[in-house]
Amino acid sequence: MLPLAITAFTATTALGPGLKAQSDGLAASRSGLRRNDFSHAPLDTWIGRVDGLENMPLPVDAAVWECRNNRLAWLAMNQDGFADAAREAPRRHGSERVAVVMGTSTASIGATEQAYRTLTEGGAFPQDLQRRDVHQPNSLTGFIQAVLGLQGPALTIATACSSSAKVFAAAERLIRLGVVDAAVVGGVDTLCESVLFGFNSLELVSSEPCRPFDVTRGGISIGEAGGFALLERREVAPDAPRLAGYGESSDAHHMSTPHPEGLGAELALRDALARAGLDASEVDYINLHGTASLKNDEVEAALVARSFRAETRASSTKGFTGHTLGAAGIVEAAYALLAIRNGFIPGNLNASQPDPACGPQMAWRNERQPVRVALSNSFGFGGNNACLAFVAGERA
Amino acid sequence: MRGLEVFVQGAGLWAPAVATWADFKPWLDGALDDAEPGKPRAEVLPANERRRAPDSVLLAATAAGQAVAASGLDPAALASVFSSAHGDQAITDYMCATLAESPAGLSPTRFHNSVHNAPAGYWTIATVCHAACSAVSAGDASFGAGLLEAAAQAIADDHPVLLAAFDTRGYGPLLSMTKITLPFSTALVLSPSRTPQSTARLVITTTPMAPVSRTRDDRLQAWATMNPSAAGLPLLEALAHGTGVDVVLAASAGMALHITGETLT
Repeated sequence: MLPLAITAFTATTALGPGLKAQSDGLAASRSGLRRNDFSHAPLDTWIGRVDGLENMPLPVDAAVWECRNNRLAWLAMNQDGFADAAREAPRRHGSERVAVVMGTSTASIGATEQAYRTLTEGGAFPQDLQRRDVHQPNSLTGFIQAVLGLQGPALTIATACSSSAKVFAAAERLIRLGVVDAAVVGGVDTLCESVLFGFNSLELVSSEPCRPFDVTRGGISIGEAGGFALLERREVAPDAPRLAGYGESSDAHHMSTPHPEGLGAELALRDALARAGLDASEVDYINLHGTASLKNDEVEAALVARSFRAETRASSTKGFTGHTLGAAGIVEAAYALLAIRNGFIPGNLNASQPDPACGPQMAWRNERQPVRVALSNSFGFGGNNACLAFVAGERA
Repeated sequence: MRGLEVFVQGAGLWAPAVATWADFKPWLDGALDDAEPGKPRAEVLPANERRRAPDSVLLAATAAGQAVAASGLDPAALASVFSSAHGDQAITDYMCATLAESPAGLSPTRFHNSVHNAPAGYWTIATVCHAACSAVSAGDASFGAGLLEAAAQAIADDHPVLLAAFDTRGYGPLLSMTKITLPFSTALVLSPSRTPQSTARLVITTTPMAPVSRTRDDRLQAWATMNPSAAGLPLLEALAHGTGVDVVLAASAGMALHITGETLT
């Protein structure tokens, strides 16, 4: 496929708001995880929480969209000049020529949970939560389209933990076919009882900070995050980093356990490389899904070990952010793009005893080296897999 | 933009009054009474899965199964887009009620079935499909947005794509927000090129938000007010009648699709 220019991008996680907070946290090997202080009946676990959202109401004219998830979206989009870039795109292309494609798994279900906790005596939603638009999966996309004043296609992709990776694929198709000229892609997931108690019920949550690819890893740490990217045709910005390819596949194996041989993950990887016209040997860095669940890391470690040369570098950044679920795709796309921009490989945090299934590709500590090609893996419930391929722009 | 040209290879439909696409035309014509009350049959699912499956999975798999069977295509190789405004509302109601009362008692099965892509996941498992599969939502524009995503993928990647659009009825306090009182599902298999199985040619263009089409049949228009996935009925009605297609459907808060075309014989 013809690569697309990424003319702006940003991410906000437990490491802080914006790309500088991400770069600083990664460079300092500083985890953003903390003991769970979120739940109303706190589980004994660690979380990646974004500070201060409780005191950051949405602008008054967007109050109908008020909820934690959209607050995080608002905070994230106002970092790194992203909102300005996204508002500039319709001036160039026309507001109906800019798509919005958002990935999320939680959307604003936290607001619906809150309504159920505070039902009136008659069993109705309390007055301040009688806002239909936030009690549905499209809440984030609706909010983004409204605050950016966009009039083009708008779609929510909700495929669990691959959601905000697949947004790149959907946007690329719309641009390639000439339906639009630009797309605001991204994803936001927020902490809520559904995911904390839900993953706990599946016995996938760790009682300590998650340790991806450690041989004694004990499960995931759940995090919240938001991120965005602006996609336009390559000629708009020849020196901008590029989306070079993407792969999408299905495991056809189990709702909450990955395929034991990583069949779907490998199909997504091959699809991404094929679309990008790249050979596996050209890959410099892979940001792994690496959730610290027993099965994911076992399968993914084997896939990397058998697919790439020893010099390719690979790491999970979930030890920094926690597993940000529907936002993991966009956050880790941003980390792949930072690796290209900064020539920096973030070390895989918290694995003191590496799983022997891991190959020589694993970067256990921070490394500095030029990165031209970076991949990002995202795998979700339902056996839903995505792999993204990014390449550096043309040097002036 | 140039219009997106796709060919309809098969269709499916389930509503309480009409259980199959094959019954849809005779029912519209008054040759068939309303169906007996029952669940969507979801024959594509293994019997044990079908017994346990949530409403959303039964609805989606039933319409999708009909459309794929009519297309003659192998579902194992078929990419798919599952579109729903609200996902499985019985499960959302269960999750929120349980979390409010006894969060530690949350059912792990209900939790993994609560993801928006649960019907997509069960579909790919049942059909042993490793192709790309998506689960999408766009509020009241979910049918149109799903149609655009499916058609775009079919043309961009030059392979057929299954679109399944469904919404369950609402339950509990959440019903006051979603206001969905009728379960409904429909499905189309779209191909980028004409084949002997093609039953219609569609050309889809985007257009600034315009008044959306109404159905000719008042019963269908009532459905469309009771379920966002039934917003596709003006298109489905035209396909069932085998007449020319000229409809406008919402595809986002600010944009609509103008769909024209004709049935093929």
